[in-house]
Amino acid sequence: MTNLDQASNANWTIIFICWIIASVSTLGSLFFSEIMEFPPCALCWYQRIFMFPLVLIFLTGLFPFDKSIVKYALPLAILGWCFAFYHYLLYSGIIPESLQPCSQGVSCSETYLDLFGFLTIPMLSLISFSTIVTLLFILKRRLSK
Amino acid sequence: MRKQNIVLTSSSFLILLFVLGVYIYKNQQVMKYRFMAQENASTFVREHSQTLGSDDAKVYLVEFSDPACETCSAFHPFVKKLMAVNPGKIKLVVRYAPFHDGADYFVKILEAARKQGKYWETLEVMYKTQRYWASHHNPQPQLIWKFLPSAGLDLEKIRNDMNDPEIAKLIKQDLADAKTLNVKKTPGFFVNGKPLHSFGYNQLKELVEAEIKENY
Repeated sequence: MTNLDQASNANWTIIFICWIIASVSTLGSLFFSEIMEFPPCALCWYQRIFMFPLVLIFLTGLFPFDKSIVKYALPLAILGWCFAFYHYLLYSGIIPESLQPCSQGVSCSETYLDLFGFLTIPMLSLISFSTIVTLLFILKRRLSK
Repeated sequence: MRKQNIVLTSSSFLILLFVLGVYIYKNQQVMKYRFMAQENASTFVREHSQTLGSDDAKVYLVEFSDPACETCSAFHPFVKKLMAVNPGKIKLVVRYAPFHDGADYFVKILEAARKQGKYWETLEVMYKTQRYWASHHNPQPQLIWKFLPSAGLDLEKIRNDMNDPEIAKLIKQDLADAKTLNVKKTPGFFVNGKPLHSFGYNQLKELVEAEIKENY
């Protein structure tokens, strides 16, 4: 019985961490756009579309803990990760700029922020999505056991 | 701790962190501009900048504007009223940030009108008729010409003067300064080097009044 309790507590904690990551990412991206007034480019918007709802989805999945959270959150997180990965490739110059979808307005490859010399905004997004996807896969395995 | 409390505490902590971040960032910006205003006043007022008001004024109201910008047009009467209410205390400095496509065309006309000594009259006419030639952020340069005679301008001379490379250079300089000062939207106001905390009539009025209080 206690083993079962511990296991379910650990599962709860995994979703809780996912929720924290999604919240920090959401608030962070809002800070960049609303406070520092960096205009979000098209790709940033797509990543936001997949990140913002995760905050609410994880939160509702926490009370009470709902196993099906993986089913709902994973597709969003994976698609968001794809955009983040593509954006990262574009940003680091692996995909040439002429291929980028946002021709008008804000450039997706312009550097706005460079923390400690390597941490850029697309990198932060990629880290967030990667962590969330990994945690969700871990949870999925634990639940199917 | 109960799970609800963990989540509630984390939420409060995150929101608090955000608010604190906003506060620190805004303060930092204010300090940055204050430093710039002291060390590098020419970023705010260039030799070529058109000014209005007494030379003895101690409150410098720098406005980065665009003749085709609707909000600039809406703010213009308000700025003039602010100056009228505080006679001799405010000096208005017009800087250009023609962000609308093709808006530098109107700046060129304005600067050409300056050579005829009709700068402020032309600006007035431009703002008043703006909705006919620049409605919905879609400037149509040719339409402005029929309104210009009401400012008492010699149109033939304007057409010659507006292509002066000096004017193009001046616009380039203003745009570079706008970038330095992080002006991304028009109108962008600075009162003695201090930017508006948030945008609005009342915020501008408060900032101007605070500066008047401090300097007089």
